[in-house]
Amino acid sequence: MRGAAPEPDPGRQIGANPSFFDLVMSVRPEVAPVARSGDVPAAHGTTVLGLKFGGGVVMAGDRRATEGFSIADDRIEKVFAADEYSAIAIAGAAGQAVEIVKLFQLELEHYEKITGDRLSLEGKANRLAQMIRGNFPMALQGLVVVPLFGGFDERRGDGRLFYYDATGGRWEEEDYHATGSGGRPAKSSLKKRWRPGLARDEAIRVAVEALVDASEEDSATGGPDPARGIYPNVVAIGPDGVTEVPEDEVRGAYQAVLEGRA
Amino acid sequence: MSFMPYVPPEQLMKDRSDYAHKGIARGKSVVAVEYSDGILFVAENPSATLHKISEVYDRIAFAGVGKYSEFEDLRIAGVRHADLRGYSYGREDVKARDLANAYSQTLSTIFTQQMKPYEVELLVAEVGEEPESNAMYHVLFDGSVTDEDRFVAMGGKAEDLGNALGSAWEAAWDLPTAVASSVAALSTAESRQIEAVQIEAGVLDRTRKGRRKFRRLSPEEVSGILSNR
Repeated sequence: MRGAAPEPDPGRQIGANPSFFDLVMSVRPEVAPVARSGDVPAAHGTTVLGLKFGGGVVMAGDRRATEGFSIADDRIEKVFAADEYSAIAIAGAAGQAVEIVKLFQLELEHYEKITGDRLSLEGKANRLAQMIRGNFPMALQGLVVVPLFGGFDERRGDGRLFYYDATGGRWEEEDYHATGSGGRPAKSSLKKRWRPGLARDEAIRVAVEALVDASEEDSATGGPDPARGIYPNVVAIGPDGVTEVPEDEVRGAYQAVLEGRA
Repeated sequence: MSFMPYVPPEQLMKDRSDYAHKGIARGKSVVAVEYSDGILFVAENPSATLHKISEVYDRIAFAGVGKYSEFEDLRIAGVRHADLRGYSYGREDVKARDLANAYSQTLSTIFTQQMKPYEVELLVAEVGEEPESNAMYHVLFDGSVTDEDRFVAMGGKAEDLGNALGSAWEAAWDLPTAVASSVAALSTAESRQIEAVQIEAGVLDRTRKGRRKFRRLSPEEVSGILSNR
């Protein structure tokens, strides 16, 4: 098992490398999500968004995955807790995205266990940028992965939201962002509804409304479907950490959106 | 050209073993006890940040006594081993037994092949869904492993500590009782009162929400428990 640790390069680095990504790339590169050649059909996740509210961040995603003009899945999840204080929402090549999320979750947990400290939110956001950059060869083959990353910054005592492009470029948003095929209509919706210092439940309603708007404009975005019990995934991150918003609450927010339109 | 003088293997092993024993005996002790909701670890540790007790995986924790640099090295290797295993297969495929075997192999190789043996004793514990499926493996510096239940005492005063716990231990202690009894046993073994600020404690709590069952007890929590007694 000692052989499992990467050989330290004397003179360049001392101590244990707390990166799980580096570890898996050095000892089990065959199981890591790295570029392979060939153009393959792959499922694509569509619309995700994030917005800040007073004291935190809400992130949400629709449930549809498409493969070309077909619907591949109507119940996939695109928003995941990354650790206790941050979450990641991914649009783009679904298989690749889920692998990157899994690796990112492990990266944060591994760091915490090796060093005994949680990474700062800034540190997590940077690490994600490096991992997305590592996926760039896949992006060139059409397997683009574009995440949103949000979390509660314990040092600043506030929620923060980051978005990325396929090259690993990282930007921080002060208000809201949406990405994926329905990102544009979702963003227009957020632009009209968002204001500073929203309450948590208001923010959830704004997020659901933006996804409804996106589903009406973009064929690849799935709207809420009460008949089949399909509702968006919504995650809220505040001072108490990440909580998955229960489906009842999301359904309530959807009802409120419908009533607002009646 | 230099010649090594002949040393009988018995003598060689005995010398190494004595050396490791002496190193371990200089250090402070750690106990692990089974209580109603899982497994509690308590150590006397003057440092609040250089831990003897740590999380390894969802249901698995690690405790080490002896030389810090050596058990820390093994702890990191264990975390890597567990995280790689869980990533390559599934999270439920990471088992304390497997980790204890890996430690055993590693320590045994070091003991027989290196210049000096590691001066450490380790405990790898896994909390089960029910109390009967808890597992505690005690690994010694020469790679020998024992499968323990009820409680484990390690370190300089392991024997006295084991005796103190042996007479006190009862099935299904609640957490405060388990903490207080463990601290009392540590104090008895050391023949002095150990204060709450010197205590490092952690639990594998099967009732904890989420998949990660390990939690450190804060100094406030420990002193709260001890002052209520």
